[in-house]
Amino acid sequence: MNSTAFALIAILTLAAALAAATLQKLMHATLSFAVALVGVAAFFFLLGAEFVGLVLIFVYIGAVAVLIVFTILLTRREVGKDRGVNWGGAVLAIAVFGGLMWAVLKSQSVSIVAPHIRALTVKRIGETLMTGYVWPLQCVGLLLTSALIGALVLVMEEKR
Amino acid sequence: MSKSVDQIFVIAKQWLLSWLTGAPDWIVQIASSLLNIFTLLAVFLTLFALMSVLERKILGRIQNRYGPNRVGPFGLLQPVADGIKMLIKEDIVPERADKLVHFLAPILIAAAAILALGVIPYGRNMTPFTIDGGILFFFAIGSTTELAVFMAGWGSNNKFSMLGAMRAIAQMISYELPLIITVLPVVMVVGSLTPDRIVAAQAGYTFNIVPRWFVFTPWGAAAFILFFVSGLVESNRTPFDVPEGESEIVAGHMTEYSGFKYATFFMAEYIGMFAITGLAATLFLGGWHSPVQALEFIPSYIWFFAKLSALLFVYIWLRGTLPRTRIDQIMNFAWKFMLPMSFTCVIAAAVWHYAGRGLRGWLWSLVVVASAYTILSMLLDTHRKFAPRVYRFAE
Repeated sequence: MNSTAFALIAILTLAAALAAATLQKLMHATLSFAVALVGVAAFFFLLGAEFVGLVLIFVYIGAVAVLIVFTILLTRREVGKDRGVNWGGAVLAIAVFGGLMWAVLKSQSVSIVAPHIRALTVKRIGETLMTGYVWPLQCVGLLLTSALIGALVLVMEEKR
Repeated sequence: MSKSVDQIFVIAKQWLLSWLTGAPDWIVQIASSLLNIFTLLAVFLTLFALMSVLERKILGRIQNRYGPNRVGPFGLLQPVADGIKMLIKEDIVPERADKLVHFLAPILIAAAAILALGVIPYGRNMTPFTIDGGILFFFAIGSTTELAVFMAGWGSNNKFSMLGAMRAIAQMISYELPLIITVLPVVMVVGSLTPDRIVAAQAGYTFNIVPRWFVFTPWGAAAFILFFVSGLVESNRTPFDVPEGESEIVAGHMTEYSGFKYATFFMAEYIGMFAITGLAATLFLGGWHSPVQALEFIPSYIWFFAKLSALLFVYIWLRGTLPRTRIDQIMNFAWKFMLPMSFTCVIAAAVWHYAGRGLRGWLWSLVVVASAYTILSMLLDTHRKFAPRVYRFAE
């Protein structure tokens, strides 16, 4: 049953990703990109990593997709101008895909039987983040806070 | 006796599933999920119908008129008439609209609203879907609503729709922050993201009188109020209903929808409201626990729905009382008041925890919340005097 689910999700994700790359209207591409992200989140659910899947939906659908949508709306677009196939992008994509395939096939770990790991509960993630990885977490928090303040400074009205 | 009444729905479900003994596991699992889904839909769609007529009745009462009273006894069959009307109305799709996006938006928005209902504990052993990170699931699903609202606004290819969608997204994103941060103290104190554990942590009574609900601690009371206000914004209710301000932009992102699609939006709004009030009851009002020890014989689900109805009544009451706020007022309120106050709640909860969770902690967290509130109100005071409006250009 798991492999059937895997195949279904994989087809959905790949189809959505392909649509995101090929659709003419930018907005349709964004929406299919969001669908592809839902597919990736579904993979995490299938693997039992609920937390990662939920955070993926939360961050990518709730924030990144909305951000992309706003960016598209706020930038000027040239209607009806079709530039044809972006060959540079295609070459780059194929190169990345080939490199990843080469690395994956070459690595030894694929053939090893996966060791049994404890269920990944939210509690365990929280404990790990708050004990072993507390400094990286704090640094990321500081970085994001400074980014937020920077954004505020950028849009603040200048006092005359 | 009271035990079996309390568990009557759980027992009924087990009895229904006992017909499937011998079937493979996955069939039982799917049947169990389907039962949960059908029950959820039946209960909440009925509640939606009731709520739509009750809202009009109560609003009528507030405004000194009758409200619907023609269809059925006390106008109770009004939702049936409305439903039939909505179903047989012509479905108009604008010529220049993006047909697919226009079609998908109401479906997505309704699906997100209904999914969020799945993780709330409605009674003892009555959580439809127990997920490890249930609270996170609720907000993750809720955040997809923004994209759906945007799809509705953009797909309609209409200025009013687009403006409404932009307003909706702006205020939803702003208030998502206080909404989630006010949940943090509860999650911190309980140490779990599972709604069942949060409800279980609020069991029992202090001095055998006061229930141990989080709303009875200073940080909990402040967080509850902030959560409630953010919930009002997230469900686009008065006084925060600028996205569909009918006097300015027709109906916001719903302008180009008619017939059943419009009804779907309407339904999604109400179901989203049920979900957010249900979560408020779960987080702060003790979920399905009874407020008085002597009344514990009353089934748990009745207590839950009593709390839900009380909160929904406040929603209607506010709608009948308050005028619409301006968008800049909404934004200022979110970033200058709600956000600092919700961070204060987190700190106050930590103080409460480290001062021993007793009377001392209670007083200390009260000091934290009260001083933060006083300082904020002093900083944000505009020193504006309220006087009768002076009309400059009209008599």
